[in-house]
Amino acid sequence: MATFLSQEACPTIKNILLLDSEGKRVAVKYYSDDWPTNSAKLAFEKSIFTKTQKTNARTEAEITMLENNIIVYKFVQDLYFFVTGGDDENELILATVLQGFFDAVTLLLRNNVEQREALENLDLILLCLDEIVDGGIVLETDGSIIAGKVATHNMDDGAPLSEQTISQALATAREHLTRSLLR
Amino acid sequence: MATPESSSAPAMEIHKKCEAGNLERTVFNHILWVYSENLHDGMRALWSFKVECDMGEARIRCRGFVYRRVEIKQDPCTMAQPLVKKDDDRDEEGSLWAGIIFFKLKLDYSPFLGIEKGAVLQEARVLMTLSWMQGDVRRAKRSRRSDSDVVTVSLSLSLSLSLSLSAIQMHITPVRFEATEVFFAVTKLFQSRDIGLRRMVYLMIKELSPCADEVIIVTSSLMKDMNSRTDMYRANAIRVLCRITDGTLLTQIERYLKQAIVDKNPVVASAALVSGIHLLQTTPEIVKRWSNEVQEAVQSRAALVQFHALALLHQIRQNDRLAVSKLVTSLTKGSVRSPLAQCLLIRYTSQVIRESGVNTQTGDRPFYDYLEGCLRHKAEMVIFEAARAITELSNVTTRELTPAITVLQLFLSSSKPVLRFAAVRTLNKVAMTHPMAVTNCNIDMESLISDQNRSIATLAITTLLKTGNESSVDRLMKQITSFMSDIADEFKIVVVEAIRSLCLKFPLKYRSLMNFLSSILREEGGFEFKKAIVDSIVILIRDIPDAKESGLLHLCEFIEDCEFTYLSTQILHFLGNEGPKTSDPSKYIRYIYNRVILENATVRASAVSTLAKFGAMIDSLKPRIFVLLRRCLFDTDDEVRDRATLYLNTLGDGSVAETDKDVKEFLFGSLDVPLTNMETSLKNYIQDPTEEPFDINSVPKEVKSQPLAEKKAPGKKPTGLGAPPSAPTSTGDAYERLLSSIPEFASFGKLFKSSAPVELTEAETEYAVNVVKHIFDRHVVFQYNCTNTIPEQLLENVTVIVDASEAEEFSEVGTKPLRSLPYDTPAQTFVAFEKPEGVPAVGKFSNMLRFTVKEVDPSTGEAEDDGVEDEYQLEDFEVAAADYILKVGVSNFKNAWESMGPDSERIDEYGLGPRESLTEAVNAVINLLGLQPCEGTEVVPSNSRSHTCLLSGVYIGNVKVLVRLSFGIDGTKEVAMKLAVRSEDENVSDAIHEIVASG
Repeated sequence: MATFLSQEACPTIKNILLLDSEGKRVAVKYYSDDWPTNSAKLAFEKSIFTKTQKTNARTEAEITMLENNIIVYKFVQDLYFFVTGGDDENELILATVLQGFFDAVTLLLRNNVEQREALENLDLILLCLDEIVDGGIVLETDGSIIAGKVATHNMDDGAPLSEQTISQALATAREHLTRSLLR
Repeated sequence: MATPESSSAPAMEIHKKCEAGNLERTVFNHILWVYSENLHDGMRALWSFKVECDMGEARIRCRGFVYRRVEIKQDPCTMAQPLVKKDDDRDEEGSLWAGIIFFKLKLDYSPFLGIEKGAVLQEARVLMTLSWMQGDVRRAKRSRRSDSDVVTVSLSLSLSLSLSLSAIQMHITPVRFEATEVFFAVTKLFQSRDIGLRRMVYLMIKELSPCADEVIIVTSSLMKDMNSRTDMYRANAIRVLCRITDGTLLTQIERYLKQAIVDKNPVVASAALVSGIHLLQTTPEIVKRWSNEVQEAVQSRAALVQFHALALLHQIRQNDRLAVSKLVTSLTKGSVRSPLAQCLLIRYTSQVIRESGVNTQTGDRPFYDYLEGCLRHKAEMVIFEAARAITELSNVTTRELTPAITVLQLFLSSSKPVLRFAAVRTLNKVAMTHPMAVTNCNIDMESLISDQNRSIATLAITTLLKTGNESSVDRLMKQITSFMSDIADEFKIVVVEAIRSLCLKFPLKYRSLMNFLSSILREEGGFEFKKAIVDSIVILIRDIPDAKESGLLHLCEFIEDCEFTYLSTQILHFLGNEGPKTSDPSKYIRYIYNRVILENATVRASAVSTLAKFGAMIDSLKPRIFVLLRRCLFDTDDEVRDRATLYLNTLGDGSVAETDKDVKEFLFGSLDVPLTNMETSLKNYIQDPTEEPFDINSVPKEVKSQPLAEKKAPGKKPTGLGAPPSAPTSTGDAYERLLSSIPEFASFGKLFKSSAPVELTEAETEYAVNVVKHIFDRHVVFQYNCTNTIPEQLLENVTVIVDASEAEEFSEVGTKPLRSLPYDTPAQTFVAFEKPEGVPAVGKFSNMLRFTVKEVDPSTGEAEDDGVEDEYQLEDFEVAAADYILKVGVSNFKNAWESMGPDSERIDEYGLGPRESLTEAVNAVINLLGLQPCEGTEVVPSNSRSHTCLLSGVYIGNVKVLVRLSFGIDGTKEVAMKLAVRSEDENVSDAIHEIVASG
């Protein structure tokens, strides 16, 4: 992660946070060294949560600035999604990453986007974070592809079988997506 | 939360499922959840698991096995102990279960909450994680034997792993030993064939790798996965392996990585490319060999692969301008499909434009057409990136700006807050340099003032304030007033600052703006907000003479009801300086004396000083002031009494005689030494007791201005990505310590000034050298910071041969060679010169780096015994007059200027010839003189035809110099300048003129 300084030209994500309705962690991942200690991270989470919790970010992703960072966020039920980038980052790239994360989580939790469901599927969410961004660099932004990558669960080794599950997962993903669109 | 009825139903459900022997994870989790939400119901749920329990001691049985005693009443810390101790038991399942129950129960539902509870608990947590893990591994082994509930096992394992992972994330740093053990426990899970579990293992390894030395153990497993038939394994194994690997291992797997880059599966290719980007930072020489494969990947059909390949390719070539330019030229012709890659390409394009812009002053800008074309792209991300790139072009013309502004204007009315924010933020930046270009958007922006998102509203307001013309100010103010009440302090401060600059731009409008400031000053607000307003009013008073009286009255009213001592004293001080100069000073006395009656000691003391200043300046008020001051003699506070006594005596108690100059000097003169220096001097003085009185002249006057200057410097980092780590950027203080530690230079006395490093080599050459000029009274020392950028070489006996034939007044007195200069470790060599004392001798120096080269074997790091003598030509540099001038700012230029007196003033006029703009002319003169611009006068408002710039500094010999520059520019861009210099020494004033005349 010492790679941060020299990557100015490449869009970079500083962290992705998923908090609960009290601002406590569900799953977080930091990619930059801006918050070296755990307490610095917690302090950042606290301040961003208090700053944004009163805003209405339920239909469209909202955006704000904090400590020279740009943060895009979206809330659903008791889950709060945040994506942070530097202050000269393209806001729309951050928003795309947020949307990808959000869509993937929605698909993985089978539309039950809420805290309990998220905690029960914590492993999926952590894998999801891992598939979106690697060391600050955007890996994938399409929610259904991310979910497809993560959802290859409980399958034993063997290529044809896993291929099948990916396509299965994609099918369910598509189904869920259309359902959410129709709603 | 859950009522008994509602949760007992699921509990029964669970019971049934348990009976059927179906231990699904969801059910299991549900019990845990019920248990944590509602202890009573949880107990009942567990009961249906055949759990006996009573409060205080829960005896958990499951399928006839006694699992664990969990003492619920006890503290979690002590509870962890029995769990761990009993781990020898064979019932792994129980270990896992009890662990998780404990976890959920005690850690308050969210798995992370309890973890901050202290270091003891931290330790316990690690042990617990470990014990689960060990239990889990045993379970995993067993499950291989009986495949009946493989799924269940791996699911709960996976969950337990994810909890552990989160726990490790929360750990500040796990005790090293434990981390290793956890790591080993995790690696055993490689035996599992479950994909999800394997991926959790990968995650775990990535998270642990910084603290586990034993990374090498998993390498073979990972390498096996890397060649697996399952694409997901391959992609993830590549990422993990590259994250934890080092150079030697990388050469082993390089072949696979190259293959992966051109793999037909986009996930694998992306994984390899992204890993390449990370590896480039640590082992560039290996990654650079992948160029061909990466080039091929750029043409990939998969969007993200293209993006990652482009990023890597650019980073491989970033130091080669020509190659980057070629890359951009070929790609802008249109083979890039992915929006992200397109954004990246736009950034690279503007980088190329920035670097080549200098050469093509005339005609069209290269690649502008491409950027403009991107404005019509279908992805908003790309459109915005292109618009932003255009607005950030240097010296962008209005014609070039227009299309970008048009698309941004469309974004302003978007339904998406992110889009509106992005657009208004960019327009805000444009408004600083090209306010006219943004005025078209004003109507859209005004509607944004009522935006739900306050960040957007604030940005809109401040942009409007920058672009607004004189006639729209009043209307704007009306809108803002209603807006101010419902935004947070931090936004208010931004607005206040914008209003301040607006007022300076339209001085005629001061009345409505000042009224606005005073009305918000009366509203509720925190200290920072109030301070911003007070500062603004003070600046307006200083810069707009008409605003003085009303501004002072607003401030007076404010201190009547001000809860911040700091602000009250500041205002009183300011009032003391400005109040007596107004037409009717007596009206302020009442406000000031009220402070003496009503406020705390600090404010009373400063009110007394203010009263004294009125008394000193205005003789007619003196008798009345004396009456007030005498009353203060009975104050309860020492400081207030002391001040009153002091002022009564200095002003000449009772007699209405002319106040003499000394008194005024005492009252109004500013302390001309920096306070921090004063503080250290006083501390030293107290430390060794002496009979001598403290001499204020012994306090050093130089300001450690460097850190401040650095802060002020624009935030943009220089884009010299591959540039060698430039010389120690420490302050002059560090230089001084360095120099005085070298015995040869210790006798030179006090360091007067150290220049900023001057590069003597091009970037990316074999040896990077820059020079810092240290000026002493009778000597100069050149400090050459050398960096060897060739890994295969070791340089020894490095010296710089300086030819001073074009610097006649200098004679070389000594050098300090550098014994050895290994690869990539900056080191210094010094050359000292003597020069006439106190004279700003100038000259040109040419330099040659001389050294002995020894070959180094890169694998062993050992140097050969024989070396070859070699030389390396460096660029010339000059010692200029500016090197003898220290940048020292003054807080109040006008006072300083007047206190200097007109005797030493030297005025002359100069023609500067045609210049590109006034800003350029101002900067040229500032750089030539090397003085500190004061009061922000180095910034020239755009489109202005004349400008006054105030500079201050200290000339060699500690002579203070103040300069007032008046510039004018005519239609043909001819710039004329009037230079007025005041200093403590007339000769110095003349010297400044000489610098300008010769420069």
